[in-house]
Formats: sequence, C-alpha cells, structure tokens
Amino acid sequence: MTAYRYDYEVITQWIEPGEKVLDLGCGDGELLRHLMDVRQVQGYGVENDPDKLLGSVNNGVNVIQMDLEKGLVGLEDGFFDHVIMSLSLQAMHNTQGILHEMLRVGREAVVSFPNFGYWRHRQSILNGRMPVSESLPHQWFNTPNVRFFTIADFDALCELNGIAVRERLAFDEGKLMLDEPNFLASVAVYRLGRNG
Amino acid sequence: MTKMIAPQSVGVVVPQRAEFTTPLALRSGGTLDHYHLVYETYGTLNADRSNAVLVCHALSGSHHVAGTYADAPHNVGWWDNLIGPGKPLDTRKFFVIGVNNLGGCYGSSGPNQINPATGKLWGADFPFVTVEDWVESQARLADQLGIRRFAAVVGGSLGGMQAMSWALQYPERVGHVAVIAAAPKLTAQNIAFNEVARQAILTDPEFHGGHYYAHGVVPARGLKLARMVGHITYLSDDSMAEKFGRSLRHGRNTYSYDVEFEIESYLRYQGDKFAGYFDANTYLLTTKALDYFDPAFEYGGHLPAALARATADFLVVSFTTDWRFSPERSREIVYALLHNRRNVSYAEIDCPAGHDSFLLDEPRYHKLLSAWFDRIEV
Repeated sequence: MTAYRYDYEVITQWIEPGEKVLDLGCGDGELLRHLMDVRQVQGYGVENDPDKLLGSVNNGVNVIQMDLEKGLVGLEDGFFDHVIMSLSLQAMHNTQGILHEMLRVGREAVVSFPNFGYWRHRQSILNGRMPVSESLPHQWFNTPNVRFFTIADFDALCELNGIAVRERLAFDEGKLMLDEPNFLASVAVYRLGRNG
Repeated sequence: MTKMIAPQSVGVVVPQRAEFTTPLALRSGGTLDHYHLVYETYGTLNADRSNAVLVCHALSGSHHVAGTYADAPHNVGWWDNLIGPGKPLDTRKFFVIGVNNLGGCYGSSGPNQINPATGKLWGADFPFVTVEDWVESQARLADQLGIRRFAAVVGGSLGGMQAMSWALQYPERVGHVAVIAAAPKLTAQNIAFNEVARQAILTDPEFHGGHYYAHGVVPARGLKLARMVGHITYLSDDSMAEKFGRSLRHGRNTYSYDVEFEIESYLRYQGDKFAGYFDANTYLLTTKALDYFDPAFEYGGHLPAALARATADFLVVSFTTDWRFSPERSREIVYALLHNRRNVSYAEIDCPAGHDSFLLDEPRYHKLLSAWFDRIEV
C-alpha cells in the first residue's frame, strides 16, 4: 500500500454514503477501498498498469482495465455520482478530453494535481533547476508527468471549457492554504461540475 | 515404471459417472429421459459444502481438467497448470469439479454413447443441446453432490459462456463467475468459421448422415479440416509468424501439394491428431451450441437487460491478440455488468498466443486469477 494521501481526506468528505464512484488511475485501489469502508460506495477503479490492477484485485476492489487516453468509451452518461482522478491528470496527454469524459459519465468530477506554481517549485526554476519535491517527486528525465500546470492555469482551463468549479481546496504538506494558493499550495483538490 | 508427479499436481485422478433418470427438457424441444454425465473432482468438499468450483470446458475439452490417469500418466488435464495444491485455483481450499458436457464424446451421454431407448449408439439422433441445457444438467449433478451453491463457476471460451449462463440461470447458486476469453454471443464471422468446419464434416463421404459408427468408419477427413480451420482462429497472426513464418520443410520450393511450409505441417498434424480422438457428431453439436448462445436475444439484443438477473461477482479476462473472441467482446460483458451495478473486474492480458492464451500459464494472467480466487471466502 502506498502512503496515505491527504487529498483522500478531502475527497472522502465530498462523497455521500452509497454513491456510485469511479476512480480513474486507481492504482492498487487504496482510495476506493477507503471509500468502500467508510462510505459504503459502489466503487469501480480504472487502471491500465497490470501490476497496479493486480493490487486492486488483491484489495478486493472492482477494477476495469482501460486506457484513459482513449476516454471512457462504453461507460454510460451520468452513471456515476462522482468520478475521481487523484494526482493523475498531470500524467495524461488528453487533458481536455478526459475532463469532458469525467463530466459526461459523472454528476461531479473530483480532480487533484500537484501545483507547478508552488513557491518552492518557482524557487527551484529561478535557481535554474527543474523542481523535485514531495508533490513532484521525480526527476525531469524519469517523470511520468507530461503536463506541467498551476492552479491558475487549471482555473483558466475550466473557464475555457465551461466547467464549474464548485469547490477548490489547496494544501501545503497537508495544511489548508486559504490565501495565495497558487503560490503557497503544493497540491490542489477540485470538485467540478457542468455549468448550467 | 516410476512415475513423476509434479509437486503441485493433483496427482492421479479417476473419472466418475452420475446417472439421471428425471427427464431433461431441452431448448431444442427434445427430451433426454435418461442420461449420464462423467466428471472428475479435485480437493475435498468442506463440511458447509461451500467451497465447490465448477470448471466448464470449451469446444474440444473434457471433464479431465487436472491431474493424470494411473493407466495414462501422460494424459494431463487440460487446465492442469491452473488447478492443484498451491496453484491459482488451489485444491487445498477449493473442491473443483470438471464435467464432460452433454453431447460430448468423453463419456457423458452423447452421439458416441448408447441410447438407452434403442440399445444402439445415438449417432446423429442425439438431440441438439444448448449452453443452457448444459447448465441445467450440471445443476442436477450439483444436486446429486449436495452442492447448493458454487463458490465459483469458471471457464474459458465456450466454457466462459457456460459460466456466464450459470449466473443467469441460477443466480442464487453461484457466488463468483470468471468469464475468460469469451463473448456474449458469436459474431457472423465466428459462425462463419463454425459453418466451414461443419460443412467439412457433413460433406465427408464417410459421414453417412451421422451414423458412421454403423459403417465402421469415421469422417476423419472432414474432422481434420474442421480442426485445421479452428486452429487458425485460435492462434494470432503474430504467434503463427513467430512459430512458423514462411519456413520450408525442405528449405526450398518443391512445387508440390505435399507439405512444404511448416505451417502446413503443423495444421495437418493437429488435424490428424484431432480426427483420431474426437467425435465428428460432438463437433457438430458443440459448434451449434456456440452459435445459438445469445442470452440477450430474448431481451431485444440488450445485453445489460439480459445480465440484470446475475448477482455473482464477476472477473472478465481477455487477451490482446485474441481475434476469435476479441477484448471488445469481453468489454461488452463488463459494461453490461457495470450497468447493473454488479461487482466486476476486467483485465486485458498482453499475451501473443491469441485465443489459446487462456490455456497458458502466462504469469500476469495466473497471478490475477490467484488474487481473485484468494479473495473468495468459503
């Protein structure tokens, strides 16, 4: 099992008991296991890595092998109450496509991602090096991340795509940052819906 | 003679036979008044009778799923790599049952068995049987064995369809279902291959309308051709290319119709071997059962509606290079189960061997099955 992640705490608060939940890039199913245990959700994970998928099966979590870059073809419109993507959006090429798909199959989407605009990351760049931190733990040459964006960038993308930001919480090492999140927070968690 | 038994083998097994005298009404309209099934079991049924797992076989399979025979030590069960102590389907935990389908040719009532009503071989008079009929007959065997509910029903290919049908016909009698390298129904292309195979048998001069036994012959040529066509569909283009490529038996063209390319040699060998032990009437009946299988038909083709009855937890597995029953077909099953909020996991195993992959012990595949079986409480 990977270390408990504090974005899980926030996500759990947003899930009502008994909901249908889809977790994209569910890994070994840790979050879903947690939501099944404390929220009695009907949970399904999506994972394309065979070893991680095996981890989910070991944890007794429903897991469907699927390549998220190809969207969520086959899943019905509005079927899920929440579609979650925890710390994986930055590792996908088809950013707009997957956001659209999440809000197609889900009533709400929950997205968390590392904030590239975090002050330590900016400091690192000013010092001439790509940032390596708790939220961006890889080196530039081995990172699975393909999209580097800030909280401000993501807000702008939501605006552009007509996505409603229903709630946004930002953290620095587990501590809630209310002021200047784009500068002071290393990770952001969003609750998204469709406008109108 | 000393006999080596692998440490994880179930060892020497003995087929058993169960008689049934309550008439079985068949989907085709006929009735079997008196029939029997041969089966094998591995492991021990627990006191609660809650640890039974039924393994359903595919087109050419049998009840001999694991272990060997005392008088035929090299006759190893067809899924022996999966079943045994310490194997993914662990016989220290589960009581595993393999049954020869009705209409089969390995000892259950079928064309090559005596029709009790006439005292003669059934031959072509054996009635058409369907996947649903098989499940019905297997449920009666479970009754005889005192098994109220299976911990799991599993199968690959046509066996996977049977496992799925179990979940629909007896939802209360099956806790878990593994559908491997299967499909919710055959495509026109699938049926087309079956029809070529059937025509090869039906037009063989030795077929005699299915009563070849009486003539002391078998339609070996037809059966061989049927198997050759089948074999092409079980392998992937890549695995065939890798195994045989364009390799020539004599290193050069001989400009004849004898074996030149190694693939020709392989197909002829497989065809001849098969024609030597399999029954042509069983092949005909079984391919028809495959063609007829379509649980969504009576729901206007709507698979989610058809699967609404199922309550079991499902594992669906496909193989990337399987073009006979492609991953897309398995996904249809997954989405239909998802629609009904059923517990389902789905894995697409990267394996080069095509449809036959389900019989191999590819590590990721077997680890997955291991993990899934481990989670089943008995």
